[in-house]
Amino acid sequence: MGTRSDSLALNDLRRQLAEAALRSVPAAVGQVSFGAPGLDAALGGGLARAALHEVYAPATADLVAATGFAVGLAMRAAGMRPILWARQDVVDAETGRLHPPGLTELGLDPGRVLLVRARDAAGVLRAGSEAARCPALGAVLIEPWGEPRCLDLTASRRLSLAAEGSGATTLLLRAAVSPPPSAARTRWLVSALPSRALEANAPGDPAFSIRLLRHRSGVAEGEWRVEWSRDRQSFQEYAVRDHGVGAAGGQDDRRKVGPDAAPLSRTLVPFPADRPAAAGGEEPGIRRAG
Amino acid sequence: MLGLTRGLTLADARARIPALAAVEAEPEADEALLVRLAAFCDRFTPLVALDPPYGLMLDITGCAHLFGGEAALQAAIGGWMRKGGLDFRTTIAGTPEAAHALSRFGGGGIMPVGADEAMLRPLPVAALELRAETVVALSRAGLKTLADLADRPSATLSARFGAELVTRLGRVLGREDARITPLRPPPACVVERHFAEPMLDIESLEAVVARLVAEAARVLELRGEGGRSFEISFFRSDGAVRRLSVGTGRPSRDAAAILRLWRERVDTLADPLDPGFGFDAVRLAVPVCEPLNTHQPSLDGRAVEDEAVADLVDRLVARFGRDRVLRFVAQDTHHPVRAAKALSAALPASTLAWPAPEPDEPPARPLQLFEPPQPVEAIAEVPDGPPIRFRWRRITHDVARAEGPERIAPEWWRDGSSEPMRDYYRVEDAQGRRFWLFRIGFYEPEQAPPRWFLHGLFA
Repeated sequence: MGTRSDSLALNDLRRQLAEAALRSVPAAVGQVSFGAPGLDAALGGGLARAALHEVYAPATADLVAATGFAVGLAMRAAGMRPILWARQDVVDAETGRLHPPGLTELGLDPGRVLLVRARDAAGVLRAGSEAARCPALGAVLIEPWGEPRCLDLTASRRLSLAAEGSGATTLLLRAAVSPPPSAARTRWLVSALPSRALEANAPGDPAFSIRLLRHRSGVAEGEWRVEWSRDRQSFQEYAVRDHGVGAAGGQDDRRKVGPDAAPLSRTLVPFPADRPAAAGGEEPGIRRAG
Repeated sequence: MLGLTRGLTLADARARIPALAAVEAEPEADEALLVRLAAFCDRFTPLVALDPPYGLMLDITGCAHLFGGEAALQAAIGGWMRKGGLDFRTTIAGTPEAAHALSRFGGGGIMPVGADEAMLRPLPVAALELRAETVVALSRAGLKTLADLADRPSATLSARFGAELVTRLGRVLGREDARITPLRPPPACVVERHFAEPMLDIESLEAVVARLVAEAARVLELRGEGGRSFEISFFRSDGAVRRLSVGTGRPSRDAAAILRLWRERVDTLADPLDPGFGFDAVRLAVPVCEPLNTHQPSLDGRAVEDEAVADLVDRLVARFGRDRVLRFVAQDTHHPVRAAKALSAALPASTLAWPAPEPDEPPARPLQLFEPPQPVEAIAEVPDGPPIRFRWRRITHDVARAEGPERIAPEWWRDGSSEPMRDYYRVEDAQGRRFWLFRIGFYEPEQAPPRWFLHGLFA
């Protein structure tokens, strides 16, 4: 009996030590993997953790996709540490404000997010570089708007140095601008990708088309299609079959639809035949209640 | 002397003195001046109270010796008031009421310790500032001065003129002491520097602040406390007072950190500290203290990390303001807009858990939310079905995939019963952009088609 509780205590202690060791490893060491084997292999294991990475959206309409991609990346980088999000007020007006239940739906506990709202890009940068110097943060998301003067090579070098010093993965998120020269380790162009349809042609998991524009260690440019799986907290390779952009709708849907039922993009069969009827049947009662 | 008294009509007064200059009374301006004077008098003692309508009450217990005694302090205050062009009278007495009565009805000056009552006895009963009826009743009874009242048994006075008279009498004569209620609550810890010459140089001012912070940190350490906020007041030689305060999320007495917060705060000032003709004094006050025990850092380093994040939050709050550094807090409601709140990160975190998403399902709530929702023009193929096409911000989106409706009823207990039902749809257009649309109302024959709105964007 005594030995049993001793061994339990020992196990507990071992676990604590392992956790402590995990935390005491300078976060500057290591990489953030995407969790998608092909992509990780191409990048030599993943992205450098203690570095600045840039995520660009080709148009404002794609910013939310780029944001989703950046949230996934930040989550994988941060582990259990908090994430700081510095955002310019204009972004809220243009693409809507951050919706915490949406973060939960992507798998991120909103309680771990610290949001700093700044009036101008200089404020966003200031908050971002202050945060990037804090080793206790897991990741920093910096979201300025437009092409501000202050966001030059020097600024990105500063951010980059701060991230290298602290180990907090720093992500710069921008939309609809031509990327200026910067000291970032990698640069990505992220746009929305039609998701793999679920049953009844419902939109599936968030899917992104990501393009590596630049890698300081000389990894060649490339384009991948990934989707974010909340349940596994990782990116996954999207359909590998075809590289044409028009080919929406996956053949390899893992759970919902058989291979023959995979709907193409414009089949206009939104619901099983019985569904509108069922909805219609319920409606009068609900309508009266409303 | 001129026959003018308060309450006289203007016509009456003009009849007596034809050349009288009349000015509209401005009670608000008077009060504002009084408050400004109170802020100014803060340099003499932290306990300053307003004594409306035109008096200030300073509790100088234990302060006078800092200015070279009561007479010197009175002279100093008098000098300032004269410089400001004010007509004034100062009195120093044992109790606030005694000082008030002597200022208003006596000659003012400094009452020798223990001699208050002797000085007060000749004052008229009006000095008690009782209700007019009581004053009239007293004079009818032939009681004209405080001396007439002072020697009578209080039970008789109280029975005839009310208990208030006895209380007031006791207070004015200094038999009973009541504390003043200062305008600004006395801080838990104060350190200050007075300069012989007004200080103009901002850099040396910073050095002074640094010394004050270090001093306050030492005081707090001796007490085993930490401050939650630190207020630095700069007293300018022309009487203006500028106050800057910084706050910390947890009690702190780390001089370096406090100083860093202060620099952040100064950096963000829209109108920088203007020395004008120089500052006479700088005071650091710690209004709120909390116990802070020194502790051994835990082995796993988690506490250290939490502390580092709290420090970061303090710095960001000092720079951007409390309402710009936010933390999300879950709310207990199904209403999409009200499901979350962003509260200042300086406040303690809440414990309400976020609803867990349905496993193995794509996101049901958007990452970005428009508030208010944006109107869109949409065409649906079947009534109560998802739209097949919609137009938002002048761009037409063809819907490729859709799911819905998810009917979200308004919260009648908050919105009232007239708020219509909303049917939400998750849709994806041909480019793969995902939207959260809703329809208000239903398609009904012979009625205007229901309106569509875009409420959010999915990643």
